[in-house]
Amino acid sequence: MRDELFCSLFYITVVTVLGISGIDMAHKAKNHSSPSSPEPASLQVEDVSANSNGPKTAEILIDDDQDDLFAEATEEVSLDSPEREPILSDGPSPAITPVTPTALISNRIEPKVIGVPSMFERSLDEVEEEAGGDLFDINISVSDPEKVGDGMNAYMAYKVTTKTSLTIFNQSEFSVKRRFSDFLGLHSKLASKYMHIGYIVPPAPEKSIVGMTKVKVGKEDLSSTEFVEKRRSALERYLMRTVKHPTLIQDPDVIQFLESSELPRAVSTQALSGAGILRMVNKAADAVNKMTIKMNESDAWFEEKQQQFENLDQQLRKLHASVEALVCHRKELSVNTASFARSAAMLGNSEDHTALSRALSQLAEVEEKIDQLHQEQAYADFYLFSELLGDYVRLITAVKGVFDQRMKTWSKWQDAQVMLQKKREAEAKLHLANKPDKLQQAKDEIKEEIEEWEGKVQQGERDFEQISKTIRKEVGRFEKERVKDFKVVIIKYLESLVHTQQQLIKYWEAFLPEAKAIA
Amino acid sequence: MLRYQQFIVTKHSSHPVILNKESRKTPRAVNVDLQSDATLQVDISDALSERDKVKFTVHTKSTLSNFKQNEFSVVRQHEEFIWLHDSFVENEEYAGYIIPPAPPRPDFDASREKLQKLGEGEGSMTKEEFTKMKQELEAEYLAIFKKTVAMHEVFLCRVAAHPVLRKDLNFHVFLEYNQDLSVRGKNKKEKLEDFFKNVVKSADGVLVAGVKDVDDFFEHEKTFLLEYHNRVKDASAKSDRMIRSHKSIADDVNRIASTLYTLGTQDSTDVCKFFLKVSELFEKTRKIEARVAADEDLKLADLLKYYLRESQAAKDLLYRRGRALVDYENANKALDKARAKNKDVLQAETSQQVCCQKFEKISESAKQELIDFKTRRVAAFRKNLVELAELELKHAKGHLQLLQSCLGVLKGDT
Repeated sequence: MRDELFCSLFYITVVTVLGISGIDMAHKAKNHSSPSSPEPASLQVEDVSANSNGPKTAEILIDDDQDDLFAEATEEVSLDSPEREPILSDGPSPAITPVTPTALISNRIEPKVIGVPSMFERSLDEVEEEAGGDLFDINISVSDPEKVGDGMNAYMAYKVTTKTSLTIFNQSEFSVKRRFSDFLGLHSKLASKYMHIGYIVPPAPEKSIVGMTKVKVGKEDLSSTEFVEKRRSALERYLMRTVKHPTLIQDPDVIQFLESSELPRAVSTQALSGAGILRMVNKAADAVNKMTIKMNESDAWFEEKQQQFENLDQQLRKLHASVEALVCHRKELSVNTASFARSAAMLGNSEDHTALSRALSQLAEVEEKIDQLHQEQAYADFYLFSELLGDYVRLITAVKGVFDQRMKTWSKWQDAQVMLQKKREAEAKLHLANKPDKLQQAKDEIKEEIEEWEGKVQQGERDFEQISKTIRKEVGRFEKERVKDFKVVIIKYLESLVHTQQQLIKYWEAFLPEAKAIA
Repeated sequence: MLRYQQFIVTKHSSHPVILNKESRKTPRAVNVDLQSDATLQVDISDALSERDKVKFTVHTKSTLSNFKQNEFSVVRQHEEFIWLHDSFVENEEYAGYIIPPAPPRPDFDASREKLQKLGEGEGSMTKEEFTKMKQELEAEYLAIFKKTVAMHEVFLCRVAAHPVLRKDLNFHVFLEYNQDLSVRGKNKKEKLEDFFKNVVKSADGVLVAGVKDVDDFFEHEKTFLLEYHNRVKDASAKSDRMIRSHKSIADDVNRIASTLYTLGTQDSTDVCKFFLKVSELFEKTRKIEARVAADEDLKLADLLKYYLRESQAAKDLLYRRGRALVDYENANKALDKARAKNKDVLQAETSQQVCCQKFEKISESAKQELIDFKTRRVAAFRKNLVELAELELKHAKGHLQLLQSCLGVLKGDT
């Protein structure tokens, strides 16, 4: 019974979506080989209104595929739920493959073309304009860190201000107060919804027990101010990356995070909670699985990309380590220069030749200004260069995770095929057996099971193709963003270096006549 | 700038390292401003570094009649310089002069260690990395070598410029005698003796310093030198630390440049151009950073170190004068006592005369020496601070130009 219900529900869903995607097929040329950036495609979309109380059936899609049409159809499941796996695999799968049923085992489901209500078209156009590629108009700033509460229960509240002209939001400019665990909670939700279907979800900033404890305890010193600033900047970058993603920005959780004044506390993000431990167990299980899955890669693109990302990961880590060392040494230089400046001033004081004494004091002043310069440069080294590298090291881990998800999807598909084969063999055996009384019942049962598994196999293949397609697109987008990010940051960093040298020239030029004036 | 010919550095420190420099025509004092005249010009025209000793070729040009030739060279080692210096210190005649400080011992240990480690680690790094590191270490070795040559040269030039010391017989032997001077380094017993002598001397020094001087000039000099010496010591240490940080930064930029290069060659997107360009830029700027550190070392750190040693030599002079003063006052007291008791008066009188003469002789020359010291110090600081500022400016401008041209290319690409 349950299976029939499932089958019919599935059928309806698939037909609707395939119908929609059928129209989609007519509109654009498919290009599998290269991941295309999100073109403003003419797509049909179901509108998501923030006020709808019904099951959040769909979200606005601006890219080619109906990947996430039913992403919201599944319950809001947190990572702690042990039912996650079965729900996502048995329910109406959020990943609907487009119509080109390649190696489908049965032809049970025929793609039908269904007319699309015009209301969908209009809303799609609007969203296309707003959210297509370079026309993204949204800016998020994280500011005003404020300590709330006392002692170990204290936390920092950050003001998150959004300025946008996108209509998916209620206003064009608004702010809310959020704490760090809220950000982690958002990421956790997004990851559970999107990663397994191939989306690269930007990773949230890392937790730091040491850093946070100092702040909680109330140490108003330089290191805790620096820590808060580092975190604030990281949170801002995290949100900007998240909203730049055309799919993620439409996610209700993201919208709620940015807009609503009250947010349920994300307790499951605590490291030592039950959820935290379950997360760790899952991670370990995943790692083991990854080692045992041997995938037959039919697509060279994936193999190539995986290798590229491995190499990139290695080099970025190396670079990050070197830049961190640079930051450290530059800070050291600043401290040592300041110390030398003081020493030179003392020497100037004790020098009894007046002109030389004055020159030495001037030298001390120059060195003091230079030490400030070094400190500023160290900040630039860190916030521009080092943090970018750190972000990308974490992002690449997310990318690698998405490739792993594809492997898992493939593995599921293969498992389903194996099961189907077994059931077929069992059926064949039954046919050959000679027990007429039990036979009919058993035959029926096995027929049902075969149907079920055929469905699963088809689903598995569709999932696999869908995730492969999504990944290609995501990787394309990721690379584009990466190129942009690096170019922008490199230029900014070089500009900071230029500024430092210009200042140095200014200071030494001012000192030179003083030195020459020693008579 | 001193120029050096080809040099070979081998992996193992047991092999000799050969470093040569071309001979220069004019002697040039590195840290101090010295008037040199044609009657006696001394310089170090060549140097050879072998395992644990350095051989300096001391070249002299002189019109003085007491030398057999007008131009000649000998080979000397560090121990022989020390012998010469000590002979001045021990000579009572020179008690009233600031003895030019002895050059520090050539110390290649740190550099040699690094070179050896590099040799051992050759298998674990790529060919490019190894060549790069080897070049850097060689440059470092060279820099230390240049410095030690400069310090030995300055010592000789100071002696040659001093109106009295230049006539010293030992000095002439040092310059001319082309056989080994058979001067050995101090053995353990002698080093221990030295150590005790120094302890006694410092204790005495404190006593002597406590005696208030009637002469305002010397009293002022005493207080000044004490404070100055301590502050120069502090400034010297701090400048060393600052320069070390500069060097670390240059090393970091070097590593960053390498990794950026790898990234650039691996990357298939647009940004690979950026990586390669910036890698190239950083290769060049790190050379500039290294030069900045080296120049700061030469113009600032070395200057401070030199004046640390000079101010110590000046303090020693004041000590000797103070000692002579105390002796003189003691002799006076002894004379009074002898006269009172009317016993050994003649003896006391002669002893008092000797002390008086000694004291006055030292005082007279000491005053001039200290005035000269101030003049030299001011001139040296002026020269080095001006050169430091000019070099810093030159490097900053070069650095800026490299950055701006790279930025221009990168911005044009986007």
